[in-house]
Amino acid sequence: MSDPSPARLPERDRPWLIRTYAGHSDAKRSNELYRRNLAKGQTGLSVAFDLPTQTGYDPDDELAVGEVGKVGVSIAHAGDMRALLDGIPLDQMNTSMTINATAAWLLALYIVAADEQGVAESQLQGTTQNDILKEYLSRGTYAFPPGPSMRLIADTIVYTVTHVPRWNPINICSYHLQEAGATPVQEIAYAMGNAIAVLDAVRERLGTDALMGEVFGRISFFVNAGVRFIEEHAKLRAMSQLWDELGAERYGVTDAKQRRFRYGVQVNSLGLTEAQPENNVYRIALEALAVTLGRNARARALQLPAWNEALGLPRPWDQQWSLRLQQILAFETDILEYPDIFEGSHVMEALVAELVEGARAEIARISELGGAVEAVDYMKAALVQSHSERWGRIESGEQTIVGMNRFDTTEPSPLTADGDAGILVVDPEVEDQQRTAVQRWRAERDADAVDAALRELAAAAADPDQNIMPATIAAARAGVTTGEWSRTLRSVFGSYRGPTGVGEASGTPSGNLVEVRDNVERISEALGRRIKFLVGKPGLDGHSNGAEQLAVRARDAGMDVVYEGIRLTPGEIAASAVQEGVHVVGLSILSGSHAQLIPAVLSALREGGGGEIPVVVGGIIPDLDAQALLQAGVAAVYTPKDWDLNRTIADIVALVGDRYGVGAAAPA
Amino acid sequence: MTAGAPGLSASETVGRDLGRRLAARDLSAAAEVLNLVENRSPAAVEQTAALLEAVSVAALGHEAPAQIVGVTGPPGVGKSSLLSRLVARWRASDRSVAVLAVDPSSRRSGGSLLGDRVRIERDPGDSQVFIRSTAAGDRLGGLAPATRAAATALAAAFDVVVIETVGVGQSETEIADVADEVAVVVQPGSGDVLQFLKSGIMEIPDVLVVTKSDLGTVAHRALADLRAALRSLGADSVPVVAVSSVSPPDGIDALVDALDQRHRALDLRVHRLRGRRAAALAQFTVEHGERGLGALGGRRAAWAWLQTQPAGLDATALVAGLESRTQGSPERDR
Repeated sequence: MSDPSPARLPERDRPWLIRTYAGHSDAKRSNELYRRNLAKGQTGLSVAFDLPTQTGYDPDDELAVGEVGKVGVSIAHAGDMRALLDGIPLDQMNTSMTINATAAWLLALYIVAADEQGVAESQLQGTTQNDILKEYLSRGTYAFPPGPSMRLIADTIVYTVTHVPRWNPINICSYHLQEAGATPVQEIAYAMGNAIAVLDAVRERLGTDALMGEVFGRISFFVNAGVRFIEEHAKLRAMSQLWDELGAERYGVTDAKQRRFRYGVQVNSLGLTEAQPENNVYRIALEALAVTLGRNARARALQLPAWNEALGLPRPWDQQWSLRLQQILAFETDILEYPDIFEGSHVMEALVAELVEGARAEIARISELGGAVEAVDYMKAALVQSHSERWGRIESGEQTIVGMNRFDTTEPSPLTADGDAGILVVDPEVEDQQRTAVQRWRAERDADAVDAALRELAAAAADPDQNIMPATIAAARAGVTTGEWSRTLRSVFGSYRGPTGVGEASGTPSGNLVEVRDNVERISEALGRRIKFLVGKPGLDGHSNGAEQLAVRARDAGMDVVYEGIRLTPGEIAASAVQEGVHVVGLSILSGSHAQLIPAVLSALREGGGGEIPVVVGGIIPDLDAQALLQAGVAAVYTPKDWDLNRTIADIVALVGDRYGVGAAAPA
Repeated sequence: MTAGAPGLSASETVGRDLGRRLAARDLSAAAEVLNLVENRSPAAVEQTAALLEAVSVAALGHEAPAQIVGVTGPPGVGKSSLLSRLVARWRASDRSVAVLAVDPSSRRSGGSLLGDRVRIERDPGDSQVFIRSTAAGDRLGGLAPATRAAATALAAAFDVVVIETVGVGQSETEIADVADEVAVVVQPGSGDVLQFLKSGIMEIPDVLVVTKSDLGTVAHRALADLRAALRSLGADSVPVVAVSSVSPPDGIDALVDALDQRHRALDLRVHRLRGRRAAALAQFTVEHGERGLGALGGRRAAWAWLQTQPAGLDATALVAGLESRTQGSPERDR
């Protein structure tokens, strides 16, 4: 090996940051998990927070019921953050935090925890997700209205660029757009539109272009990769190209290094199936190729979902299996030994050009609407529409999902045969423990210091010329809680409800909808009133795709559908059901809090005079839980197994006919 | 199961019983009342008539106590957040509120999506607030007969009844027949409202509300334009109120004051009597068309006949009266 070959790199590339999205219950248990994962060769941390932490409520808040420690770790104050990072050297660690509405707060807690370890903020490395637009569009963990939210983002960016220079203050997320049904073109365009909105806000806040190079260089992306991995790779090349142009043309960034498209990835969860879940391992492997194969558009950090995500929360062993896949890719294969293997490929170039062209048109559209913040309603409706079309293709068989709508015969799986059905169940004691712990924390701190810090915070929030970070860091030091920080900002900024997008979505009737419609008409006539169906999302879970698709399809089947969006309390759902006079209630929950929230809705209905209204439930609900819910009085439980929406709707219509004594559905 | 429950009708006295509960100001009857008046089965229609009779002026001995407010405007102007604040304001002064939100979402295959735009924040434990959304009727524009009936009925029990509709120019007339005051809501920069006003497509409302007053110059300009237009139409007295949709909320007190002032100035008896008769004629025309009107000797003759009817009759009874005339029942022809 004397001559350097153009086919090989002189030196093997360093692998991307290898992470696992992890965290559950409380800080102590998550800390143990992180240490174990790091010992297994993980090279960075990716912190999953629970929904109360993400939306700014303390564990003892009414809205937090059922959600504490469920989809991530509960962090209520500086003490929790200290315990979470205990024994992890923060001057060396690279920590990604999936935190958005409350990003400024969690960043402040992280800075304070590092300070306690003797690590200066200037040494810290990591990422706060901090992207609010995709929360409005897809993920639903927003807390404040768009204007103040964009200001918080701009504040954290301005602060980190000057004080925490190695921190990525924002991850522009296209990931959740694909989860919400975005096509590749939509994913690219909406992410770029979002980035423009953020950069414009920062530029305005800085009042000068002098720092824009540094700012631009710190913006990173969080991208999705689906199983159509060739096109997905092209998507990333297209994004690199558009990003580079954007930096040079719109923001005058001259340093090419600052214009490099930097991104982390979580590969697709949308395409993972509950049916034959073992097949998901292959999907995940192929998706990982999309973001690692071509050197010119390779991910800088990667986290892979576990094979059983569609079933429930993954166990440590499931996460280890995903970690090993990354390590095989990075250390066994030859993927890191070559220059970009797609350079010069006509097919790849043409694919990229196609996507760039489509994305440009869509970016222009967003700009015509006044930018991404103004275009939230438009984008949301477009996503609901795309998702509904995708689902239509799956139902009609035009799009194959192996094991689900094709090749669906299967042997019993030994992987899910265990007593725990192959998932992690969070200790139900955690919520009580956290509730008590936060109350003890409040009792033991210096109340005067807390009051003073909250007054400072409110003053900073009310003064648009101040950066929110210094007062936020001071509040973290004083012992303020997550809920107090958010409540203070809510009192200044007001609260907000995102658009649901369902009103604008046009239907894509397919399959047997004609027959269902006939039944809806027949039963409505017999009832004297059109079947009215309330689709509700109780709790803090913002993953509304399922609820939205069900609402749109029920409308298309001829029902009057009441859908009021996410984050409703059981009391609100029950009051709506009774006042709206609905014939049936459908509840959707994906966060694992069904065991608490569904019975709460049932009893609120009974108390509110709606005890006779049948309730159906959909979501990621393990079999054992489903049995318990049916026994508690739920009329039917639907899981990802019931992917044929038309059949679910037909079932609900028959249930209405049955319950109100106007005849079951006519035979097919 | 009764006609008032989500399911089917059974009891023959359910309409009268619900009406009596409303007359006794029992707010908990509201949901069942709506379930009944929206029900189109012949039994429910009969019970609805009984319900309306039980809350008619004749039965109550006076006009229903509620202030009936129509709130209308184009989509996206911020009606929901305005209503959230209005409801909170009314509740703060201890007035019970019923909101009937007529959702415009276009019917497809008969179905509709409700609640998306009309979402109004409220305390679910507050039994003094009732909110119901209904899909816009199958006919274009206009108010579903059920909404008119519901507003009339709930007015016997609640302190404030709000009818919220979407649109400018089509449905105001019919809302004006039912509501005591109509507030039209616009946002800065929506020139069409100005045009509709000037051209007479839109009736002059009791109150004009401009949302998003935090927009500054644009909002000030919108206010000035609307005031100028009203002046040129000789309607200087119509208040134009600016409200802010972002924190801190602003202008809500002024709006409530303006509505209350108009209400005090209104001759309620005359206004509602005219409204009932107009609504009866409108409903009859929808159901029987020009041919039906012809059988009554034309619109003017029908209107003249309505003037001869007792003031205490509700609109449904008046429609029945008109219908019996087309069937030539002279004994009812007094």
